[in-house]
Amino acid sequence: MKFGKLLTSAVLALGLAGGAAFAQDKTKVGFVYVGPVGDGGWTYEHDQGRKAVEEAFGDAVETVYVENVAEGPDSERVMTQMALDGADLIFTTSFGYMDPTINVAAKFPNVKFEHATGYKRADNVSTYSARFYEGRAVQGHIAGKMTKSNIVGYIASFPIPEVIRGINSAYLHASKVNPDVEFKIIWVYTWFDPAKEADAAKALIEQGADVVLQHTDSTAPQAAAAEAGGVVTFGQASDMAEYGPFPRVSSIIDNWAPYYVARTKAVMDGTWESVDTWDGIPTGMVEIGEITDAVPADVKEEALAMIEAMRTGAYHPFTGPINKQDGSAWLGEGETADDGTLAGMSFYIEGVDGEIPN
Amino acid sequence: MIRLEKRPQVSAFMSYATPVLAVLATFAAGGVLFYLLGKDPVQSIITIFYDPIFGEFSFYYRPQLLIKGAPLILIAIGLAMGFKAGIWNIGAEGQYIVGAICGAAAGLAFYPMEAVWIFPLMIAAGAFGGWLWAMIPAFLKVRFGTNEILVSLMLVYVAEQLLASMSLGLLKNPEGFGFPGSRNLQQYASAHNAEIVAGTGMHWGVVAALIAVIFAYVLLTRHRLGFAIRVTGEAPRAAHFAGVNAARLTFFCLGMSGLLAGLAGMFEVSGPAGQISIDFNVGYGFTAIIVAFLGRLHPIGIVLAGLLMALTYIGGDIAQSQLQLPAAAIQVFQGMLLFFLLAFDFFTNYRFRFGFRRAV
Repeated sequence: MKFGKLLTSAVLALGLAGGAAFAQDKTKVGFVYVGPVGDGGWTYEHDQGRKAVEEAFGDAVETVYVENVAEGPDSERVMTQMALDGADLIFTTSFGYMDPTINVAAKFPNVKFEHATGYKRADNVSTYSARFYEGRAVQGHIAGKMTKSNIVGYIASFPIPEVIRGINSAYLHASKVNPDVEFKIIWVYTWFDPAKEADAAKALIEQGADVVLQHTDSTAPQAAAAEAGGVVTFGQASDMAEYGPFPRVSSIIDNWAPYYVARTKAVMDGTWESVDTWDGIPTGMVEIGEITDAVPADVKEEALAMIEAMRTGAYHPFTGPINKQDGSAWLGEGETADDGTLAGMSFYIEGVDGEIPN
Repeated sequence: MIRLEKRPQVSAFMSYATPVLAVLATFAAGGVLFYLLGKDPVQSIITIFYDPIFGEFSFYYRPQLLIKGAPLILIAIGLAMGFKAGIWNIGAEGQYIVGAICGAAAGLAFYPMEAVWIFPLMIAAGAFGGWLWAMIPAFLKVRFGTNEILVSLMLVYVAEQLLASMSLGLLKNPEGFGFPGSRNLQQYASAHNAEIVAGTGMHWGVVAALIAVIFAYVLLTRHRLGFAIRVTGEAPRAAHFAGVNAARLTFFCLGMSGLLAGLAGMFEVSGPAGQISIDFNVGYGFTAIIVAFLGRLHPIGIVLAGLLMALTYIGGDIAQSQLQLPAAAIQVFQGMLLFFLLAFDFFTNYRFRFGFRRAV
């Protein structure tokens, strides 16, 4: 780790040399994005959070970002470069940045890092993620009520716990209000690929799906649904309001702004600590976009009641009795899922057809 | 009147001047682009081309040039041999992926055992994986006359599916909480392609790239096989009469480029990248095609071209972060480089004639 020391001492030397002149310097916050800021989904919302930080602190902060950063050595270089350029806090916003974040953080002990959706932490590395499955519960409820063909299509990205959790949550709440509902799942192995997403949406619609849920970030499935007509969709990661009031009848919005502002403030105040944050509807990290009038009034009311119940903590989306796909018991009557099981969820619940690919 | 005329002979001067002219034209057009985006054009060009090599933090970026350039050079050397012979392997990306999978799998099979022979075994496995993947289009071309461009390209997508499957199944880290991706080879000493001298960026992949460059240079200029490659590309019928076995040459060129791409993948996965993951491949196999042509299919040229491409990537990211240039603008900039190269290339074969054509 000689090189790490070399880097650190170089940075320290620079810091010391510039210390007097830059003591009152702006707090510099870096953002590493996996997609383009204009993707209309995942990266777009992170960039909204960045803008909120600029707005909240004005001249006291400077934000920088690099978009389209490949996971692996490229991301490691970009993070190092930001740290060398004097960033105080760096948000790395994709799961694949996990090991690079840990590597770079070890070389820059005075820079704080925040890694989204990962599980590795260090003294100067926090992790944060959102409980998207709370939003999936609302989508599942509306989907179960609105489908006429009883076939719900699901565009899944990668078979990782986060996505599987979403499928389970949506299915659970759809089947609760519509026992005949059936989920058709297509795995596209990408977070953002408009062409693949559109193909998947078309294939699902051809198979009779009249509701399409997506765990991918582009608006292509919305466009495909609009073209087919009579197909319900939900915005993902971002509101995608331009496809409302129909086919997009609601959405899950990732609202990172309050978290980013709070963490930047903590760095400015010197109170920053390494934490593991997993927030949802109660803190506003997960927001449900406007439920349009295309949804029947009674269904909308039920959905709003469910959101309110999750907000106050009265309702947990994974409340037993729930069985696993193979029929074995998972949660007993009234029992709620613990975070550990949810975080590593790698099984379907009873009633979901098909197998998790591996 | 201005008209175009085919040169009686390929201009030797132009074939050397073309890359330089292309780079200068890219500077000019890129400068205009950056200016239109509201950025200081001179500052942008300096940030991309000067800062990584001579700037304040060049102690960090210079080694990065080797890390980013080595796989490009390694792959491009292999591709160039085929391209010279008119054998078009467009699927180096797939061979790179399969080489990485085989190399990583060979190492992970022995986890957590520590032994000196594990890394050499991984190198052999990586080379074999890339070679095998390239043998598919080679065999189909020789046996059934299929087009190797299409077959090798399509196999990239097959390899990507294989990569996803490996990340999620066979090679998934059993201690990874169900997340995709293999164990990190950087934390497995026997399998880690570490820097030979810390802080220099010099890992075994860089060494392999240098050896490949020398090997290719000797082969192309001094060896009978190099002659066969050149004559096949320039005059296939003459090659036939000279006794060149076209089938054997196809196997050699595709096999060699696959082998080198596989090696590049193996050195990448065991070193800078560290793990097999769904998004492991970042397009080196495709960028290497540009590098091969930018380097005029010449081994030394490819070294320079590989480093230049690496520079645009590294400098491009710095420019994004420091000047907030959009990523798309950097990509356009890189695209310009190839565009101008091809445009100026035209003038190695053609020239302008001024004045009216004389009536005959």
